[in-house]
Amino acid sequence: MSGAVTADADRVAEIARRVVAEHDPKQVPVTEFLGACYDAGLSWVNFPVGLGGLGLSRGLQAVADAVLQGAGGPVPLGLNPMGYGMAAPTIREHAQSEDTKKSLLRPLATTEDIWCQLFSEPGAGSDLAGLATSAVRDGGEWVVNGQKVWTSLAHKARWGLLLARTNPDAPKHKGLTYFVLDMHDPGVECRPLRQMTGQAEFNEVYITDARIPDTHRLGGVDDGWRVAMTTLMNERSALGASGSRRGQGAIADAVQLWAARPDLHTPVLRDRLAQLWLRAEAQRLTSERSRASATAGDPGPEGSIGKMVGAELNQKIYEFCMDLLGPEGILYHSYAMYGQNAGTGDWRGPVQQRYLRSRANTIEGGTSEVMRNILGERVLGLPGDLRADAGMPWKDVPRG
Amino acid sequence: MADTPTASRGEFLFTAEQQELRAAVRRFCAQHFDEATVRTLMESEPRFDRDVWRRLGTELGVLGMAVPESDGGAGGSLVDQAVAVEEFGAALACGPLFGTVYLAIPALVACPVGPVRDALLTALTAGERTAAFDSRPLAETGGRISGTAARVVDADAADVLLVAADGAGGSGVYAVDLNGPGVHRHPLVTMDLTRPQADVVLDAAPAELLAGPQEADRVVGHALQVGAALLAVEQVGAAQHLMDLSVDYATSRLQFGRQIGSFQAVKHKLADMLVDLEHARSAAYHAVWALADGSDDPELAAGIAQAVCSAAFSRIAADTIQVHGGIGFTWEHQAQLYFKRAATDAALLGSAEQHRSRVAELVLDHAVAHPGAVSVATGRPQ
Repeated sequence: MSGAVTADADRVAEIARRVVAEHDPKQVPVTEFLGACYDAGLSWVNFPVGLGGLGLSRGLQAVADAVLQGAGGPVPLGLNPMGYGMAAPTIREHAQSEDTKKSLLRPLATTEDIWCQLFSEPGAGSDLAGLATSAVRDGGEWVVNGQKVWTSLAHKARWGLLLARTNPDAPKHKGLTYFVLDMHDPGVECRPLRQMTGQAEFNEVYITDARIPDTHRLGGVDDGWRVAMTTLMNERSALGASGSRRGQGAIADAVQLWAARPDLHTPVLRDRLAQLWLRAEAQRLTSERSRASATAGDPGPEGSIGKMVGAELNQKIYEFCMDLLGPEGILYHSYAMYGQNAGTGDWRGPVQQRYLRSRANTIEGGTSEVMRNILGERVLGLPGDLRADAGMPWKDVPRG
Repeated sequence: MADTPTASRGEFLFTAEQQELRAAVRRFCAQHFDEATVRTLMESEPRFDRDVWRRLGTELGVLGMAVPESDGGAGGSLVDQAVAVEEFGAALACGPLFGTVYLAIPALVACPVGPVRDALLTALTAGERTAAFDSRPLAETGGRISGTAARVVDADAADVLLVAADGAGGSGVYAVDLNGPGVHRHPLVTMDLTRPQADVVLDAAPAELLAGPQEADRVVGHALQVGAALLAVEQVGAAQHLMDLSVDYATSRLQFGRQIGSFQAVKHKLADMLVDLEHARSAAYHAVWALADGSDDPELAAGIAQAVCSAAFSRIAADTIQVHGGIGFTWEHQAQLYFKRAATDAALLGSAEQHRSRVAELVLDHAVAHPGAVSVATGRPQ
């Protein structure tokens, strides 16, 4: 580590220790603690001073988090995932004025304002740029109509990151604009979307003549795709960056079940579990390596694979659990509908629920097929696929 | 940290000196282990150039990088050695790396100090002599060893065999002069011509004791763990070379009027190769760091590395041939050389399955269920 980076790391740790000393996270309310972190520049150390940052390298966030969370502070990404992971970097980079940035970022950081993401639509999943929700200018405002789907936290959110079509005559990537939508607008209706586990973690959002002031446009008119890339790259790195100690995470469920049920052991299952354990361990070490190189300001290709590997591994792990349990595995706890925060105990539920839930892992946040395209094209530099809609005005692209 | 040339920056972070070392070894390999040279050497006797080997020992000083300076080595860390080995793997560098660098030198480093051990370590590190290593014990009587050491890598041309042997006084590790009396070598035709083997038949061959009953198990265990980690790094270097080769080919080869890498069937295969490669790199270097600084159980880390890297290199080598299509199956194309190295490396020092089984013993067979672990729904209404 170079001397300058070491000195910055020491400074970040020192600031974090001061915040913890003055606002003990075990004593003060979460909003106060996270507000103090924001004011000290520890929410996103790579952000500018005055906007929750210190103007340092992003890798040093790990130094701050180690101190803050080591003292019992919350994991902010868990409390306001879309806010911290996606909205903040997008606001910071693309909001039109410092006032807008400040007014949105601090309540986001304290988690007083929860955020959601309004991207996917029933007709636009992997081909996100084909989305149809429209925004039409009306004086100093925009009028929005359309339907969004797979919106987690929409029912709790104060603000939504909205991608809408502002020019249907342009090719699909060139007619999108990025907005911040007020989720309390009377034109916004959220309905829970029940999923195969029986729960409703996500929502459908129906938008009818909702109005957005132009000051809540992020980036230029028809330049929303470029802005969305900021959000998506952060989503993927946020999903891929979480590390853990050896044997933690989903693999712990399989090993625990294995240890609890010696009556079900067979050599074939043992080898299958060993393969899963090794895959999980290799990915854990790869995340550690990714974190090390990011801290040194030299991110490598290893950072991009975590989302895809983790998703497929989760599925295989819970498939193993089901095969271990045999006839016991095909029972369920309840299909009574409830949200992810209802009830007590682990919201992920019993192993059968986790098995069902894991099917979404290879779809949400980028399907594994899209992730392999990204690895192939962005990391390995392979050529893109042929596109049937290249250069075609969006309104002429076949849909269905 | 220029004042501490070989100091570690922390796991997975290479120093500027290690990056320079990598570049220097890569340059040397480009000059002396280009494909044409490798093909010439693999059909020569011996299978390497003794002058080039000596230059690796003296000019580059990369044969005993983790050997203490007091023993004639570079006084560096195993991380340094691994950086050099990764480049050797990428080039399929010809020479007794497996016998001498991966196994014999680490074994000698672990042996008690003494004139025989010290002189041999100095000679091996300098590239003046070469060694092979076999941990399957032979029989020792009165300082002479008898038995057959079968399929010993690099024993075709090595000067010395380091071998475990059991005698009246217990087990020991011995050095046998392979050019001395009572030694009969039978070179074998190996699938991978760049990694030769021989059966060595010892008939009361004179031997010098390097480690006695108190030390022998530890010496052999250390050599096998370091060997496993360095072999894993070699696998990573070779796999990275194949990854680069495959991406280049998928970008330049045109079929149906398109680069074949634009087809998702090909692109996704390459993405999966990349994942395996990055996993292998993480597992291999974790083992190296665990052995260098004691940050993890070396047996577990080495087992993980071999289980992950053998599987990764084998799959990447197979998929490299697939991505290249017909040309990848020819003698002329270099893919076959690496495919054979992958099959060989996966069988040396234990297969991926054997290592996986050992990892399972260490982490699964004694796992204890904790209260509060994941629950299993019983189907009974709550």
